[in-house]
Amino acid sequence: MPAGAFRPGTTLLHRLSPGTKVVALVVLSVATVAIRDLGAALVALGVAVVLSLLARVRLRALARALRYVLLLAVVAGAVQWWFHGRDKAIETFLDLVTLTLLALVLTTTTSVNAMLDGIVRWAGPFRRLGFSPERLALTFSMAIQALPATFAIAVETRDAARARGLDGRPRAYLTPFVVRVVARAHETGDALQARGIGD
Amino acid sequence: MAPATISLDGAGVTVETDDGHRVLLEPTTLRLTERRIGVIGANGSGKSTLVRLLNGLVAPTTGRVEVHGVDVGRDPRAARRVVGFAFTDPSAQLVMPTCVEDVELSLRRHVRAGAERRVRALEVLDRFGLADHAHDSVHSLSGGQRQLLALAGVLAIEPALLVADEPTTLLDLANTRRVADVLFGLDQQLVLVTHDLELAARCERVVVVDAARVAYDGPGEAAVAHYRDAVSA
Repeated sequence: MPAGAFRPGTTLLHRLSPGTKVVALVVLSVATVAIRDLGAALVALGVAVVLSLLARVRLRALARALRYVLLLAVVAGAVQWWFHGRDKAIETFLDLVTLTLLALVLTTTTSVNAMLDGIVRWAGPFRRLGFSPERLALTFSMAIQALPATFAIAVETRDAARARGLDGRPRAYLTPFVVRVVARAHETGDALQARGIGD
Repeated sequence: MAPATISLDGAGVTVETDDGHRVLLEPTTLRLTERRIGVIGANGSGKSTLVRLLNGLVAPTTGRVEVHGVDVGRDPRAARRVVGFAFTDPSAQLVMPTCVEDVELSLRRHVRAGAERRVRALEVLDRFGLADHAHDSVHSLSGGQRQLLALAGVLAIEPALLVADEPTTLLDLANTRRVADVLFGLDQQLVLVTHDLELAARCERVVVVDAARVAYDGPGEAAVAHYRDAVSA
């Protein structure tokens, strides 16, 4: 989960503007995926590791982010091995780890508000088309926030169903889960409106 | 500054349902000038509807509402700048990953420069005893800290009136006291919806809502006594 991974700091990567970092992330990611070569994949991983060290990415955040990606990377690698052979499989695996590291470097060194300010600036020219940059920025932060909140509701409703001995019946927890997610969305909407955000 | 007066002029709310309509709040006329105003009453009696009229979250279907000189129906945006609103469940109103960022979100409109906004947000957190948690995830806070953070987010822009809808219902005794101390220590006018009758009794004036209408309106102690009698009867 990348949300909340930001750690304040003064490293070179913290001081770069969010725009520079996003462009760099896009360029490096595209290059990593586009260049189909095992050697290049190793170099890309090396670059990602150096950047992570520069950004002082914490090991715990790294372990958390890699936990699911590794699982996916192993499965993807295995499939590649079956169809395209060993080198391709190792390259795919390395590429996925590289992309995760690069994304983590961005979220570790960039606060969500700095990203929002960036989005507001970049989307500024579209204001003339009747498009609100502030609203776009808010949509991004809401999407980031919705993941852990929805997950927490899922755990609570599942536990409530279990407590009543209803674990074998999906409807017993899916129904309250959906109702609560929608109710939460309404409450959040009310809260945003009350804070004058999006006015 | 506009006079600290909240006035409801025959303001009522009715919603259409499948079989006719349902009255959430009968047309109500009130003039509230006290600094500490309590609202008590049974679940579903219309308390929340009444206070949501004050910042335009609910629009009256009849009558009008004016808060500190702002006509809420005509200019809900201006009303929301005057009226801060705190909810029962702080989780629903904290929308940013870390504490300082959530306060900064409130300040976006008022402080354009990012660095200055950060400084202001940290000052606000310090005022609410949350300075040590500035860069922690909002999910790692205790229930009491989360409610304090939600209040910090609302009060950061210094509204002239704070409406709090059962802000202590989810809290234990110690945290209820901490949140209450913050609420009663404010310079702002306060409208507090609560089931905590001790808190209600501390208000200068308390409105008792029952069955979608104001059943009693008077000093804190007397209103609480009226409510207790009504429930026992």
